[in-house]
Amino acid sequence: MNDDRLAASGRPIRSGPSLGRHGVCRRHHLLLFVFPPLASCSGAQSALDPAGPEAAGVATLFYTMLIGGIVIWCGVVGLLFYAARKRRAHSTKSAGQLVLWGGAVFPTVVLAALLTYAVWLMPVMRPWFQDDASGMRRIEVTGEQFWWRVRYLGEDSGPVFETANEVRIPVGERVVFLLKSPDVIHSFWIPVLGGKMDMIPGRENRLTLVAEKPGTYRGVCAEFCGPSHALMAFTVHAMEPRAYEAWLSARKNSSGADAEGLALFLRHGCAACHAISGTEARGTIGPDLTAFGERGSVGAGSLANTAEHIARFIRYPDGVKPEVRMPHFSMLPDADVERIAAYLKGLR
Amino acid sequence: MKSFIPREVETLWTLFTAPTVWALHFVVCYAAVAIFCAKGLAEEITFGTLRFALGVFTLLALAMIVLSAYLAWRQWGFGSGDPPHDAATREDRKYFQGFATLLLSGLSFVAVVYAAIPLIFIAECQR
Repeated sequence: MNDDRLAASGRPIRSGPSLGRHGVCRRHHLLLFVFPPLASCSGAQSALDPAGPEAAGVATLFYTMLIGGIVIWCGVVGLLFYAARKRRAHSTKSAGQLVLWGGAVFPTVVLAALLTYAVWLMPVMRPWFQDDASGMRRIEVTGEQFWWRVRYLGEDSGPVFETANEVRIPVGERVVFLLKSPDVIHSFWIPVLGGKMDMIPGRENRLTLVAEKPGTYRGVCAEFCGPSHALMAFTVHAMEPRAYEAWLSARKNSSGADAEGLALFLRHGCAACHAISGTEARGTIGPDLTAFGERGSVGAGSLANTAEHIARFIRYPDGVKPEVRMPHFSMLPDADVERIAAYLKGLR
Repeated sequence: MKSFIPREVETLWTLFTAPTVWALHFVVCYAAVAIFCAKGLAEEITFGTLRFALGVFTLLALAMIVLSAYLAWRQWGFGSGDPPHDAATREDRKYFQGFATLLLSGLSFVAVVYAAIPLIFIAECQR
């Protein structure tokens, strides 16, 4: 429902909840006026609507800090009113006592308690597993400008297949993300599942996450990486293990049919950068487009995935995502662009 | 005690003692853990040993700051007069400096404790 609305407006998707749990935002429209913060508590990209233990730790810490902050704020405002209404002055000595206990000792003790609590919570929010002992499923994610290269690794650490801007994980199974970047620093963040982790050129950072609830979530780049940083998102599908295995085996064998669309795709040089499994298209510079029709968006979370938006992106990628690396193809005949767009939308 | 540590130490240098100890403690804690983890020293000495050594170092740093605070308290005349000590006299300058040093010692004490709290919870080197 939301996607249709977006398709009609044709504007880039910038807010998280538009993808995924449709209707969540709409239900909260009334709440938005009553109490704005509440309306943003649920959704596909909310750290306050956790679907994994790490994110639950972050949410617990947030609520603890929030409640503590409210109590202290009430106390300070109460003192302010008291000071404003008080007729008779206190002695210098009692004022000094208030400053000492309320201004120095109390904050020191509260901050020590909060620091201890936060540090104590850290192993929950970022659990660590030894390399060799784990045997966990591994997914390598590389931050590109401005999209995500996703490689599913096999037992021997070699990539089984590659995809882009979409991560699929089985529910209830801890997955290791190997995070890389070839040029600038990005940050990999799935708020619903856990904290963020930087992707630093020359390093391979590891983040382990587990989804406890099936669903479609939204991940974002959380470190400014260039003009289209805000348009660098990805979809996370937490799937039931059986459905996940079915998807894995289907994905290994997927191929792009539609002879005419594919022929145009190849003739106009798209395959120099893009790959489609099962075809001659094997480019590795740009995002892999295998099963593109199943993706949640066009241009790493920029537009809803419709044939019109794909055509628009092919003609002027820079108009959708500023300074994107893909050149524009507005010189191609309209019929060809539309045919290619329909072909990509039909890829399963 | 009064004669043991002469009054000549009550210069501007005493003002810097506690923050310097704080800075040293901070650098030593961070550098020690970073080198321990980066060089993979876990095979030779355990993290528990490092934790214990830094714990002892923390206590030494706190003792040093308490000593600095005592000297400052003495310089302040053991709290005989109230701040702000802003008269243009030698006596007031001394009291002002003593009081400032005492406050800085308190800040440094708290900072050293805060910097040491993660030592209790860090479990191991990651990678």
